[in-house]
Amino acid sequence: MTNLIEIKGVTHAYRTKAGPLPVLDNLNVFVPEGEFCAVVGPSGCGKSTLTRLIAGLMKPDQGEVWLHGERVTSPRKTVGMAFQNPVLLEWRTIIDNVILPLEIVAQRMPQRDREERAMHLLEMVGLKGFENKRPSELSGGMRQRASLCRSIVHKPDVLIMDEPFGALDAFTREDLWQTMRDLRAAEPFTCVLITHDLRESVFLGDQVIVLSGRPARTQHVLDVDLPADRTIESLYTPEATDMLHLLRDQIRLAQGRDGGAH
Amino acid sequence: METLKKIAVPGLAIIAFLGLWEFIVWVNDWPNYKMASPSDLPPAFSRYSGLFIEMGWQTLWRTVAGLGLAVIVGTLIGMAMGFSKIARDALYPLLVGFNAIPKATLVPVIALIFIGQHDFNTVLMAFLISFFPIAVSVGIGLSTLEPEYRDILRSLGASKVTIFRKIALPKTLPEFFGALKVSVTLAFIGTNLVEIVSPHGRGLGALFKSGETNGDYPLMFAVLIALAALGIVLYYAVVALERIFAGWAERPQG
Repeated sequence: MTNLIEIKGVTHAYRTKAGPLPVLDNLNVFVPEGEFCAVVGPSGCGKSTLTRLIAGLMKPDQGEVWLHGERVTSPRKTVGMAFQNPVLLEWRTIIDNVILPLEIVAQRMPQRDREERAMHLLEMVGLKGFENKRPSELSGGMRQRASLCRSIVHKPDVLIMDEPFGALDAFTREDLWQTMRDLRAAEPFTCVLITHDLRESVFLGDQVIVLSGRPARTQHVLDVDLPADRTIESLYTPEATDMLHLLRDQIRLAQGRDGGAH
Repeated sequence: METLKKIAVPGLAIIAFLGLWEFIVWVNDWPNYKMASPSDLPPAFSRYSGLFIEMGWQTLWRTVAGLGLAVIVGTLIGMAMGFSKIARDALYPLLVGFNAIPKATLVPVIALIFIGQHDFNTVLMAFLISFFPIAVSVGIGLSTLEPEYRDILRSLGASKVTIFRKIALPKTLPEFFGALKVSVTLAFIGTNLVEIVSPHGRGLGALFKSGETNGDYPLMFAVLIALAALGIVLYYAVVALERIFAGWAERPQG
């Protein structure tokens, strides 16, 4: 299997008033095609910077980001993004929100085909019947479902998610994990998920990358050896519990390096 | 029922206000030259109805023209300030300083620069007094756009123009209309300022002035009421536009 995403020796620092603030230090991440890569690490360790680098929204000081064997230097049409804030456009209906990326990357696509594609996704995430509502009429979980549909409507090679479920309550979050799992089974994509939730990383990830405290480098890579058709109960098996313990220890280690709290 | 209530409630409030006004004048036994009462107004209106229509139209079109200019220029300035930090740093003190100048002091200045061009001066003043809120609100609306909104389109390789058209512009509309509601009344003040102060002016302001010159106090009050009525009409015209273009921002009450 070839690597779809290759992050090679990436070092980056933000220029602040107090001098350069290094956030990434010789970071290496490899994600094979079709894999789901969860990235965990202490707060403020540069995880969001990583998503912006992969999306081509910014360039690293040193090192290279490769996507599909091409070096990323600017934004590409083959990327989908989802954030903690669903960032739906309040003046559009749900279906028109989902269609938005198609208006950019598939300008020739007939409107009817766009709507069909959007409806298909909305149906999969359980939002059928809400397509003509406005975002303000939906709950937080439903808005995030719509945001997920928008991030994959144009069939991106890579889905980049920056804590998409972070603001949801625990049960809604678990619902969304299962939605993600089903979406992935229905239409495969390669995914990088930034998260603070270790259970989320184990439930969704094929590999979990633990980043060290700032400046971040790869501290540990865990291959999640669970079947693809995981359920919430899978998280309570001894294998999963062992993995969660291991990740927890790694996080503690990462925080320690930062000189921070325990 | 709902629409009836919507008309009846403000209608009754206006009637109550007029009743109170009439009562205060009657109880104090004020003569006309001190304070006209609402019952003096209909005769004043009917006597000068031709003038009211002609002058009202003058005031209206010049206010709308000035406001239109303010929308165009204000939006352009706001866009410059919203997109460029340099433009923001450069323009803010200038704009705030300009806005702090009482516009009445500008009337003679403008009158001297453009002697005798009454229409132009009036439109110019309506514009000068009303573009500031629009420029500031568009500028703030654009500069406070959350980066994620930009990123969802930027990550797809969308151009700046596309991002502006699809996201920044519609997202700024509620702020824009909020400012326009302030500007519409300001533009009125600007128009009337010039109309009242200019010799041989036209418009409702000039009619007010002539009422003053002739000691026709009911006429002066009638002009004030006409101005208020025009102001209400223009304001609700803006509200109607807001409903059409930014109705999505209105949350259901409850």
